[in-house]
Amino acid sequence: MFCLQRQAADLETTEAAILARMEALLPVMRDSIQAGLQGHRSVGGLVGGDAAKMAAYGAECPGNSVVGPVLADAVTMALAVGEANASMGRIVAAPTAGSSGVLPAVLFALGKSRRLSNKQLAEGLLVAGAIGMVIASRATLSGAAGGCQAECGAAAAMAAGAAVDLCGGKPAQVGDAVAMALKNMLGLVCDPVAGLVEVPCVKRNAGAAAQALVAAEMALAGVTSVIPVDEVIDAMGSIGAALPAALRETARGGLADTPTGREWAKRLFAGKGEGNSTET
Amino acid sequence: MNIFDVIGPVMIGPSSSHTAGAVRLGNVARLILGEAVMEARIGLHGSFAETHRGHGTDRALVAGLLGWATDDLRIPNSFEFAETAGLAVTFSDINLGELAHPNSVRFNLIGQAGTRSDVTGASIGGGRVQVTRVDDFPVELTGDFATLLVTHHDQPGVISLVTAVLGQQGINIAQMRVSREQKGARALMVLETDQTVTDEALRAIAALPPVERARRIQID
Repeated sequence: MFCLQRQAADLETTEAAILARMEALLPVMRDSIQAGLQGHRSVGGLVGGDAAKMAAYGAECPGNSVVGPVLADAVTMALAVGEANASMGRIVAAPTAGSSGVLPAVLFALGKSRRLSNKQLAEGLLVAGAIGMVIASRATLSGAAGGCQAECGAAAAMAAGAAVDLCGGKPAQVGDAVAMALKNMLGLVCDPVAGLVEVPCVKRNAGAAAQALVAAEMALAGVTSVIPVDEVIDAMGSIGAALPAALRETARGGLADTPTGREWAKRLFAGKGEGNSTET
Repeated sequence: MNIFDVIGPVMIGPSSSHTAGAVRLGNVARLILGEAVMEARIGLHGSFAETHRGHGTDRALVAGLLGWATDDLRIPNSFEFAETAGLAVTFSDINLGELAHPNSVRFNLIGQAGTRSDVTGASIGGGRVQVTRVDDFPVELTGDFATLLVTHHDQPGVISLVTAVLGQQGINIAQMRVSREQKGARALMVLETDQTVTDEALRAIAALPPVERARRIQID
């Protein structure tokens, strides 16, 4: 893998050492899922406990799942990491903290159903990382610069590519999965209620994990993207640049500017504008 | 950018820009000061000013000033640790102008030995940071590389004296920037290097007659 050779040279290390560093991130991701399942409330108090609800629903009546075990697992894990993140727990930003639930959700849900080894999952992280670097260099991974399509959208694209690779897909299929996952997330605005990484971020991680799995399934079946992956990434970059600032993480538009969103902002940041000075 | 900037960092939530980047900014500011921080006036601009409490940005900045890593589980409780350590912190909202990055912060720091440093920087996404001003000098410092900061008198030959020491120690310069208050006055050299600046190199550079101070910035 050319990317691995290039990274090893840049970081003045060996390819084996890079894989080992990737593998060392897996327990952090697993712990963040466990932490989220404990149901801690977030710092702003808007989220917490939904991953635990999903897990309980799956445990009580597995046959009742609408979407099947792999996607149900992925949704549970994505919510768990999102909630752990919102409660100031330890996570792996991948590519960002706000989108940190997508990749572990897809990798571990697939890992469970296909009994993948840690080494294989670490290789999945490498593929995802390489895709993320391409998106970062052609467009952006920042919600403030490109909206949530750049965070949850990129995370979905990275996870979709990794999933195809882990399921034995060819490099071209990886590219198609990346293109299709990102296409389905285009235009996604970043509109955090009260400016916090809570609503809609946590549930968007679950949605992005689903998009990743859907894109991977299509690519593995031989469905191709009409628009080549590089052009989809470029389109994401231009859409991001065209988004008004109110829809790029400023909490001045979208869900943040709904009556309920504004009410939360008022409740959480009451007293702001009166100096806002705190001392330790 | 490397692959661990995309898959990583390992950090305490909820926001790579508002939390991990804030920890790194605190760390860089502490290393620029060059001694334990005793007093910190922290000015928050833009999005940092708007949402720092909900994101724990304030706690993360203080964690950085205490020298902690981005994944330190004590970050949510950093205020209590600062109090125990005798570090006094004040926050205020500031306006650095339209051109400043929305996630910008200005530190006015006083250290254990009375040294003062003013550091302005921004969290630019994914936990990455950029320091834009140190005291009155414009800089471009990311903390991605090992970095050497040298305050010196603006006179001919200083750059070659400093780079000669680095060359002898086998330390390769990746990027370099020099700025000065005015011709012949105080100047600041920022060198980003591929290898860690050794203690020996740091001492040798600090001992050069035209050099006022030399500091090493290295964060993992």
